[in-house]
Formats: sequence, C-alpha cells, structure tokens
Amino acid sequence: MAARAQPLSWVQATGGVFILLVALLILGPLIAVVLRAEGFGGLGASDWAAIRFTLLQAALSALLSCLAAVPVARALARRRFTGRGAYVALMGAPFILPVLVAVLGLLAVFGRAGWVNAVLTDLGAGTVDIYGLGGVVLAHVFLNLPLATRLLLQAWLSIPSERMRLAHALNFGPRAMRRHFEIPVLRAALPGAALVIFLICTTSFAVALTLGGGPSATTVELAIYQAFRFEFDLGRAALLGMVQVGICIGAGLLAWLFAAQASFGAGLDRPAMSWPGDGQAARFTDGLALGLAGLFLLLPLLAVTLEGIGAVVSLPGSTWAAALRSILVALGSTALAVTLAVPIALLIAGRAARAGLEAVGLLSIAVSPLVIGTGLFLIVFPVANPVALSLPITGLVNALVALPFLLRALIPAATEAEATHGRLADALGMHGMARFRHAILPRLRRPLGFGAGLAAAFSMGDLGVIALFSAPGQETLPLEMYRLFGSYRTDDAQGAAVLLMALSLGLFWLFDRGGRVNAST
Amino acid sequence: MKPTIIAAGLTVMAGAAFAQDAPVLTVYTYDSFVADWGPGPAIEEAFEAVCDCDLQFVGAGDGAAVLSRLRLEGDRSEADIVLGLDTNLTAAALEAGLIAEHGITPEGLTMPVTWDDPNFLPFDWGYFAFVHRTDLEDVPGSFIELAASDLRIVIQDPRSSTPGLGLLMWVQSAYGNEAEAIWEGLADNILTVTPGWSEAYALFVEGEADMVLSYTTSPAYHLIAEEDDSFAAAAFEEGHYMQVEVAGILNTADDTALAGQFMEFMLSPDFQQVIPTTNWMYPAALPADALPDGFQTLTVPLTSLLFPDTDVPANRETALETWQRALSR
Repeated sequence: MAARAQPLSWVQATGGVFILLVALLILGPLIAVVLRAEGFGGLGASDWAAIRFTLLQAALSALLSCLAAVPVARALARRRFTGRGAYVALMGAPFILPVLVAVLGLLAVFGRAGWVNAVLTDLGAGTVDIYGLGGVVLAHVFLNLPLATRLLLQAWLSIPSERMRLAHALNFGPRAMRRHFEIPVLRAALPGAALVIFLICTTSFAVALTLGGGPSATTVELAIYQAFRFEFDLGRAALLGMVQVGICIGAGLLAWLFAAQASFGAGLDRPAMSWPGDGQAARFTDGLALGLAGLFLLLPLLAVTLEGIGAVVSLPGSTWAAALRSILVALGSTALAVTLAVPIALLIAGRAARAGLEAVGLLSIAVSPLVIGTGLFLIVFPVANPVALSLPITGLVNALVALPFLLRALIPAATEAEATHGRLADALGMHGMARFRHAILPRLRRPLGFGAGLAAAFSMGDLGVIALFSAPGQETLPLEMYRLFGSYRTDDAQGAAVLLMALSLGLFWLFDRGGRVNAST
Repeated sequence: MKPTIIAAGLTVMAGAAFAQDAPVLTVYTYDSFVADWGPGPAIEEAFEAVCDCDLQFVGAGDGAAVLSRLRLEGDRSEADIVLGLDTNLTAAALEAGLIAEHGITPEGLTMPVTWDDPNFLPFDWGYFAFVHRTDLEDVPGSFIELAASDLRIVIQDPRSSTPGLGLLMWVQSAYGNEAEAIWEGLADNILTVTPGWSEAYALFVEGEADMVLSYTTSPAYHLIAEEDDSFAAAAFEEGHYMQVEVAGILNTADDTALAGQFMEFMLSPDFQQVIPTTNWMYPAALPADALPDGFQTLTVPLTSLLFPDTDVPANRETALETWQRALSR
C-alpha cells in the first residue's frame, strides 16, 4: 500500500479537516444542549411509542419511495424525448417545498374536497381518506420520490456508453441487460438512496402530525419539540436527539451491509447510446412509469400554482425582500456545501474506512434541527448576539443539511473516477490541481451540479433554524409565508408559496443545468 | 425598518449626544405581532412619539417559543419586556424567575374576568371556539352534540401549539373528571391534528373539515378584511375557555421606568384600538362601543372559562395524559 502514490493527498487532507469540522458542527450543539441540561430525563412510554412510529413510517416511506423510483429512473435513463429536461427539473420540486405547501397540494388532489374524491364521487365509487399512516407515507413518497429517482438515475447514467456498445454488439436482450447492468446498478445505489430517505423521514414531524391524524402519529421530532417548548426539559430533548443519532447510525450500518460497489470499468465519456433490447413492451412500461409519476408529482404542484398564481403580483413588499434574502442565503449556503463536500467526497472515495467517514456526513440529516439550532444558540450566545447572526447561521445549518445529499451524489462518482481514471493520471504523472481538474472534476460535474442544485433549493425552502433566531427584518421567504398563513392571509400566503416554488425550482434548474454542460442528459 | 432608519438619521442630525442617549426598549413577542400587517408597526410609531426612546420588537416564533427563547438566554437576555404569553404559559415564566412585578393598578379593563396579577398585565383576549361556514347545517351547541354528530373537525396538537393546549384546558375546565369520555366521543370527529394553528386553519379554508378550532373573533377577519360574512363561530353551552394574552417586565430590564411606561401605554387607547383589526382579538381595555364595526356580530359566550394560572400546570398534565390516552386507542 505504501508504494502507491497519494496524488490527491492535499485534497484528502482538506477533506479530513472538513469532516472533523462537520462532526464538530453537528455534535457540538448536541453537547452544548447536554451540558446546559441538568441531567437526563428518562424515556417514557409515549417516547417509545414515538420511536416505534418514527421507525415504521420512515421505513415504509423509504421502501415505497425507492421501489416507485426504480421504473421512473429506468425510464428516464432509457428514453430521450422532448421536454425530458423540464420533466426532470419539475418533478424535483416536491422535495424542496415547505411541508405546509406540499401538504396543501396533496390535499387539493387527494383530500376530502380534492380532485380525486370529486371524480370518485361522480362515478359513485366512494371516497379515499388521506389521513392516517397511509397519508403520512403518501406524503413522504411525494416529497422523496424525486430524490430517489435522481439518485438512481445518477447511478444508471454512470454506466459508460462503451458498455452499451458492447451490449449492442453481443445482442443483449432485456434479461441479460437486467443481469449485467440493472441489478448491479440497483444493488449499488438503492441502499444508499433508501438510507437518505429513511433519515429524512425520521426527523419529519409536521407531515406526520398533519396527515397522521392524532397522538398515535407522534414522531421523535415532535417529542423533542414538546420537551423543549412546553417542558423546557433540555435533558430529555438532548436524550431524544441522541436517540435520533442512534437511529441514524443503525440505519447507516444496515445500508452499508447491503450496499455493493458496481464497477463497469472505464469509459471515455462518449455520448450515451440507446438501450439495447428496447422493444414495444419496454416503451410502454417506460411511458406508463413516466406518465404516472408525472401525474402524481405534478398535479399537487399544479393545484398549489392555480391557488396562488393570481396573488403573486400583489404580494407585499416585505415578501419580495424576504425572497431576496432567501436567495442570498441559498447561494451562500450552496457555496459552503460544495466547498465542504468535494474534498470530503474525494477523501471517502479513496479510503477503506469509508462507511465510518460517510456516517459523519449523514449525521446532519438525522440530528434534530431543533436540537442543532438550540445548541448553536447556546454556543453563540455568550460570544455574540445570535440574532445578528441569524442569516449566516441559517446558511451554515442549511449547508450542513445539504451535505449528505451532495456526498450521496458525489461519492460514487468520485470512487468511479478514481478507479477508472486514477491509474491513467498516475501514468501521466498528474498530481494535485491538474489531476483534480482533468481526471476527477469532469466526472464529478454532473452529480456536483445536481447536488448544488439540491443544496440551493433545499436552503431556499427551509424553515429550520431561522425561526429560532429570527430578528426584525431578517425573515426568509418560508418564514414570511408561515406568518401570512398565521395571520389569516391565506391568499397572500398561497402567492408566497408559488413564488417560493418558482425560486426553488429556478435555482435547482440553474445549478443542475450547469452540471449538465457537455453531458447528453 | 425604514422608518427606524430615517428616525435614527433625524436624531443624529438633531445632535449626536442626544442620539446616543435615546434608550432602547426591547420587547420580545410572537411573530405575527411584528409582521407588517400585525399590531407591531403602528404601536411602535405611537409609543415612540411619546417616549423619547427606540422601541424594538423582536419576534421569536409563537408564545411558547418566546418563553423558550427567554429561558435559553437567561440573565443575559437583552429583552426588557415579554409580550404575548398567555395564562397557560405565565406560571412557567414565573417559576423560571424571569418576571418582575409591574407595580401598576390596571384601570378600565374590559374583560369578563377580574385581574389582579402583580406580574402580568393583559393586552388582549379571546374565546376559543369552533369556526364553521354559515352554510353548515345542524351546528352543534355543545361538545356532547359535536361528539354525537358526523362533523369533521381539525384541532391543533397541545404539545406544539397554544390553541391546541387551550382546547385541552377548555374540555378539562368544562368536564373535569369526565373529560376522557368527551375525548373518546370526539375521537371519530377529529379529522386530523396539526402542529400549529396555521396548518389547521388552512385545511379548514381549503374545505377539508367542517369546523376548526380557532377563536370567536376569527369571523371578524373574514367580515372586515375580506368582506365575507360566511364564517361563524359555534356557541357552546358549557361556556368557552378564554385565552388572555399578557405582557410582563423582565428581571433583566435595563430601565424599569421606561418599561413601566410601556406597560401603562399598553392599556391606553392608542395601543388598544390597534388590536382588534390587526391581532383579531378583543382588546383588554377598550369599551365595547369603541370596537370596530363587525365585532358586534360575533358570537358571545354566556360563560367564560379560565383556570387561574397557578392551577394550569397540574391541569395541563392531567389533560394531556387524558387526551393522549383517549385518542391513541
């Protein structure tokens, strides 16, 4: 091993420093809350019920999101059609919507007074009820199917076109394609995608509560909220925060056990080729998958748009100011997330102990935003006025939250790039920046664009810590929207929701498109 | 912020020494109070005209979040006054040692309950109520009628929202030991439970539910701001639980005289008349004939229910357990 050159060592060293920094930024606040608390409260029966419900709904949501994503990602990988880019960008929207907006969109379609029930009633076929565990899972699939699809699509597109050429030459049928390409791709990408979605769903509380129907739909995050807000029991909040970390680590270990590395060898980055074994049946199933997913994801967005589009022009000036503030925070947060993610991804890609390192990157989805926010507040308060720092802190926390998604997209690509082009770069004696720019970065461009787009859009739609730190004149657009809803101004709030959706999508599209320059997707 | 900046600029021109002397009064409150369309801006302008000071409102979530924020900041808080706790939160604020005595004898209070709290003064109040559209048939007149009906209601979670907690106290104060039976009866009427008021009211406006837990004053918003008279609040014969919103001077206040001046101002007409059409609650010290047109049409309960704030913690615990037990089945 020692004989092998370490040509990217400076990047990897940076990655090591960054990963420590991230661990500190995530665990530090948790420790701050623990220190401030006077002893831990124990877990009561209702806490255990909350843990069980959290695990159940998150597991079901992750499973169904991933299963539903397989045919959609596959169809997107195999088909080229006009508007494909728009389809991919648009269907990414649910993931970045604030929960309240997503829920209202879903209810407009599936709710008691929604479109589906209107049609069913006309047909005399009874009604569907969206409330309960089914509704929670439906909403989580709606929110996370786009993410699962994009993560799987990334994996699918990592198959070099030279392999397709070979498959064509060997006259592969659908069965051979499945065996040699699709199953390895899915084996490599599904556990990671499922893990990320599982973790996102563990910290859910507004969706779970609103659609869950009552006290039986309590999640750990709500228990933290209750401990913090009504009992001011920081010990119990911290303990529950650690339960979430424990769930994260457990899920991470499971996913790591099931993950496999797919390697299709080196490609020369030639344009993608058509999929071998493409017949009438494949066309039909792909069309069906794209059509159904499109309807499922776009109808609620359409409902939200129809409700609010009229109010956008008459939005108060403060809403536009909040929008501008949100854009700036999103851009800063994205820059920070990308800066952190690239060296960390390269470090993880080059190491055997990657599971442990990756876990640090994933921690930030699993830690309760409320606990992180409170901890940061406790850390910052003795040295500075946290209120004056509300926007920078929001940007920082948003970057941490986006980091796992960036890593999830970057690590496979970085590993692949190292495996396929590393040796060539070694042979050419490429080191440092040159190696990074010519051998590695071109292979990272697509996931980087996607990840940056996600980070930006995610930060745009996030409510998170700003609510805890909010100061006069520092409102972000989601906070402004909640305030409008909270003051009966439903029309303006719906207008703000449309503006928020448009801006989130716009940012996502810009970054994602930047990542797809010269790539035929 | 612009008026403040301009005011600051003018003060600087008037004399640098004077500008630095203008004391700052920091008031922590809930978010919707400081919003452009909330009471905050008008009140800031009116008070600064009489106080020679810089009044700064800081919004920090809802009432419970404001309290958490104060407890996190402890002795080092810059807040002089907390405005927007309700009587369900005041005991906790006192217990945490945050609040000083105000030393004011309130005059002209127009609430249906008497008030002699040495730590807190009320600024507005309202009744919790189930709001519905006027085309709803067979509007229930009690919790028992509601439980017997097929109506679907949306309520808020008491663990994350103040109205949700208010409903628990409402049922607890009206039914005591029989509260659990009432909740069991209501279980099949509850469409869903939301984390906060905004989500619940949005579901109701979208037509998901027949009724939503809100305030008897909610229809006034639709009537006055939207010129829509198709909303009403159901009158329950058990009586309605009150939410009284209060303010208190913090132990950390720099200038208690100025803080006291604000508390007096809070009960004056200049402050009180801003409340009805910005906060959509009843002002605490304004005669009924001074209320804006439209408020006369609202449902007025025959009985007002309210636990003394010292009884709140024990009742809250019992009510929460009862609620969780009855609805988790």
